[in-house]
Amino acid sequence: MNAFLNWIEARIPMMRVANMHAIQYPAPKNMNFWYVFGFLATIVLVNQIVTGIWLTMNFEPSAERAFASVEYIMREVDYGWLIRYMHSTGASAFFVVVYMHMFRGMIYGSYQKPRELLWIFGMLIYLALMAEAFMGYVLPWGQMSYWGAQVIVSLFGAIPVIGPDLVIWIQGDYVISGATLNRFFALHVIALPLVIVILVFLHIIALHEVGSNNPDGVNIKHKKGSLAEEDKTKYEIHEYYTSKYDIADDIVPFFPHIVLKDLVAFSIFLFVFCYILFFAPEMGGKFLEHPNFEIANPLKTPEHIFPVWYFTPFYAILKAVPDKLFGVLTMFAAIGVLFALPWVDRSNVRSWRYRSGLHKVNLIVFAIVFVFLGYLGGTPQENWKIISSQIATIMYFAFFVALFLYSKSERTKPVPARISK
Amino acid sequence: MSEVSVDANKSAQDPSVPENSNRRKFLTVATSVVGAVGAGYAAVPFIASWNPSARAKAAGADVEVDISGIQVGQLIRVMWRSKPVWIVRRPAAMLEALGKHEDQLKDPSSENPQQPEYAKNQYRSIKEEYLVLVGICTHLGCSPQHLSNGAFSQYAEGVQDGFFCPCHGSKFDMAGRVFQNVPAGLNLQVPPYNFIDDNTLLIGSDGENA
Repeated sequence: MNAFLNWIEARIPMMRVANMHAIQYPAPKNMNFWYVFGFLATIVLVNQIVTGIWLTMNFEPSAERAFASVEYIMREVDYGWLIRYMHSTGASAFFVVVYMHMFRGMIYGSYQKPRELLWIFGMLIYLALMAEAFMGYVLPWGQMSYWGAQVIVSLFGAIPVIGPDLVIWIQGDYVISGATLNRFFALHVIALPLVIVILVFLHIIALHEVGSNNPDGVNIKHKKGSLAEEDKTKYEIHEYYTSKYDIADDIVPFFPHIVLKDLVAFSIFLFVFCYILFFAPEMGGKFLEHPNFEIANPLKTPEHIFPVWYFTPFYAILKAVPDKLFGVLTMFAAIGVLFALPWVDRSNVRSWRYRSGLHKVNLIVFAIVFVFLGYLGGTPQENWKIISSQIATIMYFAFFVALFLYSKSERTKPVPARISK
Repeated sequence: MSEVSVDANKSAQDPSVPENSNRRKFLTVATSVVGAVGAGYAAVPFIASWNPSARAKAAGADVEVDISGIQVGQLIRVMWRSKPVWIVRRPAAMLEALGKHEDQLKDPSSENPQQPEYAKNQYRSIKEEYLVLVGICTHLGCSPQHLSNGAFSQYAEGVQDGFFCPCHGSKFDMAGRVFQNVPAGLNLQVPPYNFIDDNTLLIGSDGENA
């Protein structure tokens, strides 16, 4: 057996990669439950890929057959209902864990130097994920698929000069039609999944190059020769890390310590996921909207058009602005400004544990505003909601403006040099 | 619990040596086994969804055929699981002739399992009169032609009726038995079938014959 493994290792570096990226990867030992969502996102990605492959075995991407083929999957294919619900519930679960993962990065300052690229890869994943989810939602060709696509695609029509032609180019027709459905299918099942998998790979490579942050925001890698022998970790760490840095006695190897913790989180996640999967797969119309149980009808607009819940904060921002072009720009700016977060935050203290009360309040208000925007974007329009969503939109951007202003000369607490001392 | 030694400093001194290694080993194995069982069950939907769907099963369901209108000597074709099935009402003279050319056949007594047990007889049928066959050549899947009233004798000397495959020239008699010196190696397949009553045939299930 050993000879065989050596034969393999001499030809492809299986053990070296496993050691470097898991068995001997130094992970801060104070990682808390906020650190499980990256692992969960990976699990959900696998779920989406596997169930997605199975769905394509019976789905027919044509305007005539798409809706009927989804019903066929739900009613006639063995376990088709389960595989489809795993996929649709998985889409919502993906955004839940990704939003938690992003908020973790914000409260512990994981985007700060030297993790700017890591944050940007993560944002690119989020962007690709939104495109993936939007196109996937069009495929069942129900009423909300059709009219949701209508609304989102027409956003591009707001671009001056080229807008109207761009919309026709995206649709491949003068209206949303079978041609649109077919290209969205191609992008949803091949192009974007490939992009996402590649970005996830880059995200992990970048993470392991700069190292994992932790709830204290304390560095675990120290300058070579700066730590006394008894302050260095006793665990066996891959020489890739130890040759460049002294690794403090603040870490555990990723495998098995962090993996086992992640598996506990995974089993709790499964309880929630399976409960929704088996008892509330439509989530009262939030995960699968009721108008989508009716086949797409270009002659009849549903009374209220909402995107699925994970888009509603941005939808609320779009609706808050009275001008179409400016509304579209504001919505994209709301996503774009997140990309700039590593440079908006000018503090060099990472974790909110050691930052000012103002910063904590700012973060919590931002989270509340984001959820409130989601509520506003996902419920029928009323008069009071227009002014509320305008205020909430301003508050959303105010988070970044305030952060930029106070972070330069923020009153922070002293950060400990080590996690364990 | 009494034999478990609790030494908080031990692991701090040497993290590579775990405490309670037997208990840890047991827990690792137990967890892995439970996990493997779970993974096995999780695989069920993915494997089972490759089964024929309810629509495919409905399309492949048993076919009921009214045989009261078939004239003596007539062949009718019905579709069963997207395959042609022939039903021939054979006259007495034809049944008699079946025994006369057995020396020209590859498998005259139907030793190869190309028919249900209840059709393994000289006539390869439940009722002698009614022949039920899957009309697909056992060579490469063409559908042979029915040649009757002496038209078949050009292919087999002294045999009046039979089936001739236009693709590669395989020949079968009126019990679907294959002749010698043709590409096909097996007799034509007899599908499972049964008589619901004297006038109705059910293709696809053995009924009480099994």
